[in-house]
Amino acid sequence: MLREINVKNKLTINNFEYISSMKKIALLLLVLILQACVDDKKNADTKMEKSAEVPEEIKELAGEQMEAEPISVRIPSYDFETFQKKILQKNNDTTYVVNFWATWCKPCVKELPYFERINKEYADKKVKVILASLDFPNKVQSQVVPFIKKNKLHSEIVLLDDADANSWIPKVSEEWSGAIPATVIYKDDSRKFYEKSFTYEELKTEIQKLL
Amino acid sequence: MKKVSKYLPIAIMAFLLIGLSSCKNENKNQKEVTADKNEEVAMAKTAEVETAKGYTIGDEATDFKLKDVDGDMVSLSDYPDAKGFIVIFTCNTCPFAVASEERMVALDQEFKGKGYPVIAINPNNPEVQPDDTYELMQEKAKEAGFTFPYLYDESQTIYAKYGATKTPHVYLLNKENDKNIVKYIGAIDDNVRNADAVKDRFLANAINELLAGKEVTVKETKAIGCTVKQ
Repeated sequence: MLREINVKNKLTINNFEYISSMKKIALLLLVLILQACVDDKKNADTKMEKSAEVPEEIKELAGEQMEAEPISVRIPSYDFETFQKKILQKNNDTTYVVNFWATWCKPCVKELPYFERINKEYADKKVKVILASLDFPNKVQSQVVPFIKKNKLHSEIVLLDDADANSWIPKVSEEWSGAIPATVIYKDDSRKFYEKSFTYEELKTEIQKLL
Repeated sequence: MKKVSKYLPIAIMAFLLIGLSSCKNENKNQKEVTADKNEEVAMAKTAEVETAKGYTIGDEATDFKLKDVDGDMVSLSDYPDAKGFIVIFTCNTCPFAVASEERMVALDQEFKGKGYPVIAINPNNPEVQPDDTYELMQEKAKEAGFTFPYLYDESQTIYAKYGATKTPHVYLLNKENDKNIVKYIGAIDDNVRNADAVKDRFLANAINELLAGKEVTVKETKAIGCTVKQ
């Protein structure tokens, strides 16, 4: 709550700046902002502690905070059934590149820029990248959101939150052992699965086969 | 004088902006601590698992001679009385491996006495995954209270022979005519993230079936895991 108010304060102050040129007010604002900054930091610290203790509440916390952040990061969370319908079974003329990753998975993090590049460069060729995070749901706030912001990811990101992996891994592909990174590339009925890391060139080649 | 009053607010605004941006940076830095770690290791070379083959159910598993965290060399042949083995490829920091630590210890407690001890093997190359050095393995074994050997697959050959692609990755072996036959491959249970929410204990069920002289019904399962770092 406190954090939310602080952020709003900051925004109001910013607007005010433009109208006002009074030095006294500006000085007062500086003091206020510095104060807000200190509060903000304190708040962040408290939150970190909280996240370690009460993981169940993180989802809600994350939601609240995301609304308050100037750059909004929303990560929809799906169980596999919903994920399959919404992400893996789109029947249209777009080529979908669905990459399974996690912030803790090094080879995944390494190849993310290639997926981002594809998403950008092929946007006008009806290619869409969807990054399906397998991070634990209680790490969304502490790891996934900061990661997305830091790396300025523009592709669509969803959280696949379904603990019974043994039941859904084979539904993604019978070939999949469960190791990540893994990627599905599909358009309509043509579909290919890869349990591997990609280079940009490899990814491009595979996508062009479906275009 | 007029000029000064014209520029003064601008100067103050500049100060304000500096104040604001340093404030933002401070907060940003805090959030980035975890992500930085990933970036650092993103330089590591990629693990290609596409061509990995390995064992299927019914294959004879190879014995090995690998260094334990206490410095001793351990082989399956060191256990003449064992009926079989729970071989688990695992590592120090993969979230799925960490989430399984207590369960590995519990499995060892439950089944060692019945003839199926746990043998843990770390397949990761510490040059690629700096969290998996031998020294850190020693710390991990101590911290997590491992009651079983935690072996270092230094040459990275054993995991490849077994066909382990990720951590954790379990191979249940049953001793038949002095051969270690693969009876089950996959996950410990159906919920890696939360031991309390487990409905199906795949591995324990398989061992209990072997102990009862029955055929293992669920022979292979899948789970998300961290790619073995080659």
